Amino acid sequence: MSTNGLIGRAVKRVEDKRFITGHGNYTDDIILPHQTYAVFVRSQYAHAKILSVDTSAAKEMPGVIAIYTGADLANTNGVPCGWQVNFKNGDTMKEPKHPLLVADKARHVGDAIAIVIAETKEQATDAAEAVTVEMEELPCVIDAAKAVQPGAPLVHDDVPNNKSFDWTLGNPIEEVNAAMDQAAHVTTLEFVNQRLVPNAIEPRSYNSSYDPVSEKYTLYTSSQNPHLIRLLMCAFVLGIPEHKVRVISPDVGGGFGSKIFHYTEEALLTWCSKQIGRPVKWTSERTESFLLDAHGRDHVTKAEMGFDAEGKIVALRVKTYANLGAYLSTFSSCVPTYLHGTLLQGLYTTPKINVDVTAVFTNTTPVDAYRGAGRPEATYLLERLLDLAALEMKADPAELRFKNFIPPFDGVQQPGYQTQVALQYDSGNYEGVLKKGLEMLGYADVRRQQQEAANNGKLVGVGFSTYIEACGIAPSAIVGALGCRAGLFESGHVRVQPTGKVSVYTGAHSHGQGHETTFAQVVADKLGINLDDVEIVHGDSDSVAFGMGTYGSRSLAVGGSAIIKSIEKIIEKGKKIAAHKLEASADDIEFASGRFTVKGTDKSVGFGEVALTAYVPHVYPKDLEPGLDFSSFYDPANFTYPFGCHIAVVEVDKETGKVSIKRFVAVDDVGNVINPMIVEGQIHGGVVQGIGQALFEGAEYDENGQLTNASYMDYCMPRADDLPMFETASQVTPCPHNPLGVKGAGEAGTIGSAPAIVNAVIDALWSGGHQVKDIRMPLTSERVWNAMNS
Amino acid sequence: MIPATFEYEKVTTVDEAIAALSNDDTKILAGGHSLIPALKLRLSRPGKLVDIGGITALKDIKEEDGEIVIGAAATHADIMYHNLIRTHLPFFTEGASTIGDIQVRNYGTIGGSIAHADPSADWPALILAADATIEVQGSSGRRGIKATEFFTGLFSTALQPNEIITAVRIPLPADGTKGTYQKFAQPASRYALVGCAVVRFADGKTNIAFTGVGENAFRDTGAEQALSGKPINDENLTAALDAALQNVDVLGDHYASVPYRRHLAKVFLRKALLEVK
Amino acid sequence: MNTRIQVTVNGVQYSHMVEPRLLLVHYLRDVLRLTGTHVGCDTSSCGACTIHVNGKATKCCTMLAVQANGCQITTIEGLSHNGDLHPLQEGFKECHGLQCGFCTPGMIMTAADLLQHNPQPTENDIRHALEGNFCRCTGYHNIVKSVLYAAEKLKEHAVVH
Repeated sequence: MSTNGLIGRAVKRVEDKRFITGHGNYTDDIILPHQTYAVFVRSQYAHAKILSVDTSAAKEMPGVIAIYTGADLANTNGVPCGWQVNFKNGDTMKEPKHPLLVADKARHVGDAIAIVIAETKEQATDAAEAVTVEMEELPCVIDAAKAVQPGAPLVHDDVPNNKSFDWTLGNPIEEVNAAMDQAAHVTTLEFVNQRLVPNAIEPRSYNSSYDPVSEKYTLYTSSQNPHLIRLLMCAFVLGIPEHKVRVISPDVGGGFGSKIFHYTEEALLTWCSKQIGRPVKWTSERTESFLLDAHGRDHVTKAEMGFDAEGKIVALRVKTYANLGAYLSTFSSCVPTYLHGTLLQGLYTTPKINVDVTAVFTNTTPVDAYRGAGRPEATYLLERLLDLAALEMKADPAELRFKNFIPPFDGVQQPGYQTQVALQYDSGNYEGVLKKGLEMLGYADVRRQQQEAANNGKLVGVGFSTYIEACGIAPSAIVGALGCRAGLFESGHVRVQPTGKVSVYTGAHSHGQGHETTFAQVVADKLGINLDDVEIVHGDSDSVAFGMGTYGSRSLAVGGSAIIKSIEKIIEKGKKIAAHKLEASADDIEFASGRFTVKGTDKSVGFGEVALTAYVPHVYPKDLEPGLDFSSFYDPANFTYPFGCHIAVVEVDKETGKVSIKRFVAVDDVGNVINPMIVEGQIHGGVVQGIGQALFEGAEYDENGQLTNASYMDYCMPRADDLPMFETASQVTPCPHNPLGVKGAGEAGTIGSAPAIVNAVIDALWSGGHQVKDIRMPLTSERVWNAMNS
Repeated sequence: MIPATFEYEKVTTVDEAIAALSNDDTKILAGGHSLIPALKLRLSRPGKLVDIGGITALKDIKEEDGEIVIGAAATHADIMYHNLIRTHLPFFTEGASTIGDIQVRNYGTIGGSIAHADPSADWPALILAADATIEVQGSSGRRGIKATEFFTGLFSTALQPNEIITAVRIPLPADGTKGTYQKFAQPASRYALVGCAVVRFADGKTNIAFTGVGENAFRDTGAEQALSGKPINDENLTAALDAALQNVDVLGDHYASVPYRRHLAKVFLRKALLEVK
Repeated sequence: MNTRIQVTVNGVQYSHMVEPRLLLVHYLRDVLRLTGTHVGCDTSSCGACTIHVNGKATKCCTMLAVQANGCQITTIEGLSHNGDLHPLQEGFKECHGLQCGFCTPGMIMTAADLLQHNPQPTENDIRHALEGNFCRCTGYHNIVKSVLYAAEKLKEHAVVH
């Protein structure tokens, strides 16, 4: 295959022009002919029986078109969960219905009781106020560990102890216990990985219409995966045939996981659009986003790591309670299990690992994948344990890691690394990223500065995090065996136009990742054509054959690979056409720099001419079909395993407890890089979401199940003036099992950064003589101050 | 987030505004940065809004009869960028720059902020420390209310229902006066978790005001007495810190419990005092 | 009772009867169909709705359309002239100052206000100036660089002219 050097270049983004000039096209920007607007009546209570819903006054209000309640949808299914994780004893996962509108009782604040549709947003808002709901408040349960206690209120009457499932992975617990008993030192940490609100800045928005003539629906949705929404909505919720539904995800203003899931409003608006025969639009308000967009994390964990006398890890034992919220969201069940437990090997040679997870319903917003999804929780657990162990054993945290790293392996000459927790890592050079990080930091100098600061009564700390993640989600056969109810392949369709211009249809969806640039770089590079001659089409189920969407850092590793497969087919067919034109054998044709050449000669024909010939096949191979247009599906052989090293230097203000980040060094190895500018941007953004978790963010429920910080006045988002400039670098260890050698960069920053920050704060406190093991995230100034003063 | 319906009237003089206020169901709209969020949440549902944004006289910032006069409709940014303020009340410039963000400073007004009397707003502490008088006008005429008598509780003030704030008047500080505003921001809202304004006059008189600490902004007379007329040295500083926040019901919330907020208030009082030393 | 307003938006005069409760952001988006100005929150926090009213950056989710009567308004759609990108728009593209693009118009409009008052801002000036604009994608690093780029560009223009 040819190359014109586009791969690996920091090409400026193709998509930027529309965004910087205000011409993006997000779902809420769309107003359809005869548009109507929906507003929801939602539960103010976390747990309450619905006694009556009176819509009669509201129905008489100006502009009101229809109002529906749970009773109108009694025969409609709820939204499904896409992953089945059974109990340890084989019992089936408890999977209670998640109805589009609740009729019997509300199970979290914000549960939808009625939908009001009117001519204008204003009228719908006014009418929603006039709906009268009588409710009887019930005792509620918020905390996962408490929810499984006998006598706790039941979120679902038919789910005993609020347990959806329990699950274990790794070495038999007896072996792990025995190894732990033999350990010279055991570091124990009991901690909360707090609940986060994803907060994409574009609120979710849906606009559904129905054409009675063709009997076809069109749903505009701010989704990361329009085809998946169509699949779930058609097959599991509404029972309508897929070819009668078109789902379009136009520009989407960030997702971070929260726009993967099939939400009740998507299906309900689709249903309503047929009922009223007009398009219905709903855009979430920020308050609704806080209450309804699936939250992330929320683990309560006890973790123990055993070391021998030389500082080698001998065992890891983990018990986690995972809060799933009130209902199972689309991928909620796989996050605390297969995306968390399977990563507990980390970068280390730990010989004995056991993880045990209990997944629990509570009267809170459903919890699902949020940037990193399970892997940040695993990394936080491991990296906090390691830095704490180093402090406890008076060892250097970097040295402790070097002692325990899995040695480098490329996955080609050396085999992949088989972990104790089911996965086989593809390739890695873990000591490489730490070495590079230490160099960039100037480690010895920083430690000297820390000592000087301590002598001057200042608290400076250094924190490490060397992480690994499983991305490129995912091999269908493997995830299928683990309970996934979908395949996780991707499609890539490459259509060469008669003039040699290329349209690419990908099932991946770009909502900030820059696919319109990166994918075009790959295609233009491989075909030896100009970047401007490639168009990337995504986000429309009527133009893209199929797709599983964008999440789990999968777009390039899986979606890009599908495109490569189609390009290979195009070049192969192109060679036959060229051979015919050049009166040579196809086996003798080489393709490079956009030209088909007869080996060892100067006889050649350009890509554009071959394309034209394919569509004007006057002089053409006898048995070859016209056209140059191929579609492919790619199902990965394995996950990909990006890894890296994040190091934070912080200062803690003794008087207030306020943490300031002095430096942040990130060395990430995401395999081959197509566009370093975009990868770096992904790392920056990811790092800040991890910093957000470490220092600023956290959903706080009161005992009544009210989310007390459900607005930006109370939930602290990281802002420009909270952060330093970042020092980033990359190392490249190619992925051995996909054609581009790429691993994925979307989640790396978030996975790596949070423990580095918290470790740095703990280190700072120890430098001042405060031997604190843990401070609950987010590390607000008060929590840090309390840790110093208790 | 759509407000409930209301009537709207734009006025061009203070008299018209007062006339329009005769109805209980009417609210004044200045910059709107306190009122409109409440309207959107439907926490406030006035029948009518009287827009005073068109009364240009209320936007003036001037020197008059030995006072700096800041019109009630002057925005935080107007004040922050004004040379008169920068010259005579540099701690107002400093304080204004910590309010909200550029956009909020461009539209939010000093009068609106004071009338709203949020317990964590910045202006109340600043004007308290500056010995300001709030000039108000109502159907029964004009009056001045001392800042120390203006803030009466959580979101409540000495303003009568038919009165509007027209200006804030600050005596021109004598040469040698030093002032400062030291703020620890609530990280999400950027309101003051604690805010401490201190003005030290040439004769050693020391005004100390807090916001964010109690139900309303207040002058800390205990701390003032420990320092007024005395040098700011270690001993007197300690005395002032010990005397501060006596008999104050300190607020506790998600971002600062009562003991932590009390501690912070003293930390920022100390910073402020060292600044004006 | 609906009220008549007259506004000039991006140099074009408009006159409409509006409900007093109509927010300026909804007027721009739904009535004028200028959808580059976005709504990201309901507490005047996120800054996605930032526009210029009479030359000053304003969060137009916290302003009634009737308050804008008689005002000159510039939205992101009006920032470039004759097809030439504003230096800030250019800076955001050159420095990868955007990803999903949703916060970008507000971010650019706020940065434009900063550069009016402070044509040569430091990194800290920029970070402080953008405190009222949330971005969830970029971690702000490249946004800061974008604004520095624009300031440099404007300085060059100033020297040339």
